[in-house]
Amino acid sequence: MMTDGMVEPLDRPTNQETGDDETRDQVRFLTCGSVDDGKSTLLGRLLYETGTVYDDQVDAARAESKAYGTQGEAVDLALLVDGLQAEREQGITIDVAYRYFSTPRRRFIAADTPGHEHYTRNMATGASNSEVAVILIDARKGVLTQTRRHSYIVSLFGLRHAILAVNKMDLVGYDAKTFEAIETEYRAFARTIGLDNVHCVPVSALTGANVFAPSSEMDWYRGPTLMCLLETIKVAEGAASRPFRFPVQWVNRPHPDFRGFAGTVSSGTVSLGETLVTAPSGRKSCVRRILGPSGDLETARAGQAVSLVLEDEIDISRGDILAPVNAPVSVTDQFAAHMIWMDDKPMLPERTYGIRFATQSAVAQITDLTHRVDVNTLEKEAAKTLAMNEVGYCKIAVDRDFAFDSFKDNPGTGAFILIDRMSHATVGAGVIDFSLRRADNLAWHDMKIDKSVRAADNGQKPTMLWFTGLSGAGKSTIADRLEQQLHERGRRTYLLDGDNVRLGLNKDLGFTDQDRVENIRRVAEVAKLMLDAGLITLVSFISPFRAERDMARALVEDGEFFEIFVDTPLEVCEARDPKGLYKKARAGTLKNFTGIDSDYEEPENPEIHLDGGTLSVEAMVDRIIDHLERAGRI
Amino acid sequence: MTDTSTLTPPAPSGARAHGDRLSHLDRLESESIHIIREVAATFRKPVMLYSIGKDSAVMLHLALKAFAPGRLPFPLLHVDTTWKFREMIRFRDDLAKRLGLDLIVHINQEGVADGVNPFSHGSKVHTDIMKTQALKQALDRHGFDAAFGGARRDEEKSRAKERIFSFRTKSHRWDPKNQRPELWSLFNTEIGAGESVRVFPLSNWTELDVWRYILKESIPIVPLYLAAERPVVTRDGALIMVDDDRMPLDPGEVPETRRVRFRTLGCYPLTGGIESDADSVARIIAELEASRASERQGRVIDHDQIGSMEKKKQEGYF
Ligand SMILES: Nc1nc2c(ncn2[C@@H]2O[C@H](COP(=O)(O)OP(=O)(O)O)[C@@H](O)[C@H]2O)c(=O)[nH]1
Repeated sequence: MMTDGMVEPLDRPTNQETGDDETRDQVRFLTCGSVDDGKSTLLGRLLYETGTVYDDQVDAARAESKAYGTQGEAVDLALLVDGLQAEREQGITIDVAYRYFSTPRRRFIAADTPGHEHYTRNMATGASNSEVAVILIDARKGVLTQTRRHSYIVSLFGLRHAILAVNKMDLVGYDAKTFEAIETEYRAFARTIGLDNVHCVPVSALTGANVFAPSSEMDWYRGPTLMCLLETIKVAEGAASRPFRFPVQWVNRPHPDFRGFAGTVSSGTVSLGETLVTAPSGRKSCVRRILGPSGDLETARAGQAVSLVLEDEIDISRGDILAPVNAPVSVTDQFAAHMIWMDDKPMLPERTYGIRFATQSAVAQITDLTHRVDVNTLEKEAAKTLAMNEVGYCKIAVDRDFAFDSFKDNPGTGAFILIDRMSHATVGAGVIDFSLRRADNLAWHDMKIDKSVRAADNGQKPTMLWFTGLSGAGKSTIADRLEQQLHERGRRTYLLDGDNVRLGLNKDLGFTDQDRVENIRRVAEVAKLMLDAGLITLVSFISPFRAERDMARALVEDGEFFEIFVDTPLEVCEARDPKGLYKKARAGTLKNFTGIDSDYEEPENPEIHLDGGTLSVEAMVDRIIDHLERAGRI
Repeated sequence: MTDTSTLTPPAPSGARAHGDRLSHLDRLESESIHIIREVAATFRKPVMLYSIGKDSAVMLHLALKAFAPGRLPFPLLHVDTTWKFREMIRFRDDLAKRLGLDLIVHINQEGVADGVNPFSHGSKVHTDIMKTQALKQALDRHGFDAAFGGARRDEEKSRAKERIFSFRTKSHRWDPKNQRPELWSLFNTEIGAGESVRVFPLSNWTELDVWRYILKESIPIVPLYLAAERPVVTRDGALIMVDDDRMPLDPGEVPETRRVRFRTLGCYPLTGGIESDADSVARIIAELEASRASERQGRVIDHDQIGSMEKKKQEGYF
C-alpha cells in the first residue's frame, strides 16, 4: 500500500496566496470521473500542496482518517475535501463542493462533483459554473461509460477545454503504452462531441506524480504537469468579445432625479452615448450614465454589476434585456433546446413549469420531446418523457414573448432552468439551440385541461378531507379553523357542510337511512368535482355509515382521501348540545338522530383520529396540518 | 484603520482589467452585488444578518454599493447573545447611527430570564439558546423570507457544499439532501408559504479575499481584529479575553496582558485570540499569508465533535 510519506513532505509549503493581487486571474474548473477514480484524493493534494489546508485541518483529517479513512495510519487526503458527514460515512461524494486555492500564477475555484451515475445532475451544475473540466480516469479501467457521459455534458454546457487526467499510474507500473492507448481512444471520442481542446496527462494523485512536479518514473511523458496545464490554459475570453447584453435585474429609483437600471453585464461592453434597444419591447434610448460598484464609469464590461441611466423615460422593468441596435437579441415565445432533467419526478410534456431565464420568469411548456440522447452511446432515441439525469432535445413554448440568444452565440443569455410550480424545486436545466420561427409556432400544445393542469395552476395537490363524527363532536369548528389556516398558506379550498348543502342541493332529502345514503353520495360526487377543479376540499358531515365513507374514498385517487374521525364521546356531545338537538331527540320530537335512535359506525382505520373529548380545537388543527405536511399534501 | 464612509464611494475609476477579464476582486465584488440585487428584486421581505464581524462588514459594504445612490431596501438584524465583546456593540451602534441604517437587535429574552450563559450552561447550550433559537425567533417574528449571511465556503468543509441560495423549511431546517442545484447565475428564488432562504453573497470569497477587499476599499472594522495589549486568561489552550467582570476567574487566576488579536469575533468567552503583532489590515494580510492555522480554530463550538457544524446547520444555526 502506498502510504509512507504520502502527505508528510518535510518541507510543507505555506499558503501560496501571495503576490500582487491584481495580476493573477481566476480560473474555475470542475473535476469529474467515476467513483473511486481518485477525485477527492487529487483535490486533497492540490489543496495540500498549495498550502491551502492549515495545520489544524490536517490534524482534524488525521483524527477522521482513523474513523473513516481508507489509508490506515496515514492521513487520507480525500478527507480534506469530503464535506458532509453523511457522505463521509458512506464513503461517496454526493454533492458539488467548491474549493479555493491559488498558486503564484493563478487562483482557482474547483467544483468537486460526484462520479456516481445518480448524480449526473450535480456534475452538470459544476460544469455550468466552470471554464475548464478535469476529467479523471483510472488507468486500470480506461475510458468508461461514465467518462463519455461526463465529457458529453461538459461539451453540451459549452466548456471548450478539457484535461484528461489518467490517474493511478502507479498501479499500472507507470506504463507508457497504457497511457497512450487511453489517450488515443479518448481523443477520437472527444472529436465526435466537439470537444476540441483536450490535454492528456498521466498522474498519480496518491504519490503526486505529475500533479505538481514532473515524475521521474514517467520520463517518457514530455508534456506539462497537471498544475502547469491549469496555470497556463488560456481560458476563453468569450464574454468580452460577444455583443453587449444587459438583463435588467432591478429598477433603482431612490428619488425623482435618478432612474437606474441595475444589472450585471452578461457579455460585451457598453459606453456612454451608445444607443441601446430593449427587448422584448423594442424601444430605443442612449446611455447617459453608467454607475459602477465604485462610482461613475465611461464603459462597462462583461461581469460588472452596474446601473445604467438612459436619456429617455422609456418603460423598462426586470426581465428586459438591453442590447446594441446593430446586434439585438431574438424575441420569440418558442425555441428548441437541449435539456438535462434533474428531478425524481419525470419531465412531462404538456405539464407547465416555471422557467427562469437571465432575469426573466415565465411559464413554459414542453410542446415536443424530439428525442432523448443516450448519454452513454450518444444515440438519439424516441422518448415520451425524461427521467432524472437524462438529456433530451425539446421544443419549449413560453406563455409570452421573451428575449434570448442561442447558447452557442451567447451562453449568458442562452441558458435556462425549469422550476416545478408546486414544489418549487429546480427540475431541469437547458441550453437554447435556436428560436422557432413564428411560422413554425404550434402555439400552445393543444392541451387537455385536466385535473393535473388545474392543480398545477393552483400550485397544490387536490385533497379530500372527510370529517366524520357525531353531531356536536366539533367537526365544523375544526374544519372551519383548518380552512382558515390553509387559506393563510395560500391554498385554495372549499368547505362542504350541512349548511351549504342541506339547504340547497339536498333540500329534498330527509334523515331516513335511505336519504342519508343519498345525501352522502351527492356530497361525495360534488367533492370529487371540486378535487377535479384542483381544490383542497373539506367535507364535514356526520356521515354515520362506513359504506358511504368508503364509497367517497373510492371515487378519488389513492392518497387523495383523508378520513378524519372527530372522536368525541356521546356524553360530551350531548352535554354541549349546541343546537339543542339532543334534547329534542331525547324528548322524541326529533326522529332518526345519530347516536340516539340511529347508528353511528365508527371508522376502522381513519387517516387521522382525533380525541375530540380532550384536545383543544387548535391542537386538533395542528395535528391535521402536521399529518398533511408529512403526507406531502400541503 | 482609515474610515472612509461606505456612503461616499471612492472617486470614479474604471475597474482595473487583467487582459479582457475583470480582476479577481472586481469579479467577486460584482458577483456578490448581483446576488444581493437578485434577492431584493424577488423576495417579499429580506433581511441582512449583521454579525459585526469582518464578513458582515464586507457584505454590508457590497449591499450599499448594490443600491447606490439609494438606501438599503431591507433592514439589518443583529442577534445579540449579550456576551459579545463590548467593542463590537459600540462599533455596531456607531455604524448604524452614522449610516442611518435600519438595525433590528434581537435578544432571546427567555434565555436572559433563565440566566443562560456560556459559563454555567456550556458553549453548546448557550449557542443553541442565545444564537440558534434567538435567530429563529427573530426571523419568525418579522416574517422574513430571505436572510443574507456572511458565511463563506472556504470556512469549513460542510460549508463547501452550501448553496448561495440555501433553502430552509418552515422550521428553518437545512436538509443537505434537499438543496437546489445552482446553475450559471440563474438562481431559483421561488419558495412556498412559510419557507425561507438563507443567502450567502460571499460564498466564493476566501478569508484573504475579504481582507484584501477591506484594505482596498478602506472598510471600517472592529478594532479587536487588530493586535493590541489586552487582558487575557488561558482556558483549554485558548486565549480568552476578560472583557467584563461577568467572567468568573478561577481561584488564583489573574488575567495577564498580552498582545493579541482575533481572527473571528463572537461571544468573548467563546472566542480565542491569537498572539500577534499585526496592528493594521496590511499586516493581517501578511500574517495570514504565512499562517498555518485555519480561521475556525479559535471557535470553541466547532471542536465539540466531528461534524458539529453540520449538525448545527441542520438545526437552523446560520
Ligand atoms: N494507488 C493509487 N490509489 C489512488 C490514487 N488516487 C486515488 N487512489 C485511491 O483510490 C481510492 C478512491 O479515491 P477517492 O479520491 O476517494 O476517489 P473519488 O471517489 O473519485 O473521490 C482511495 O482509496 C484512494 O486512496 C492513485 O493515484 N494511486
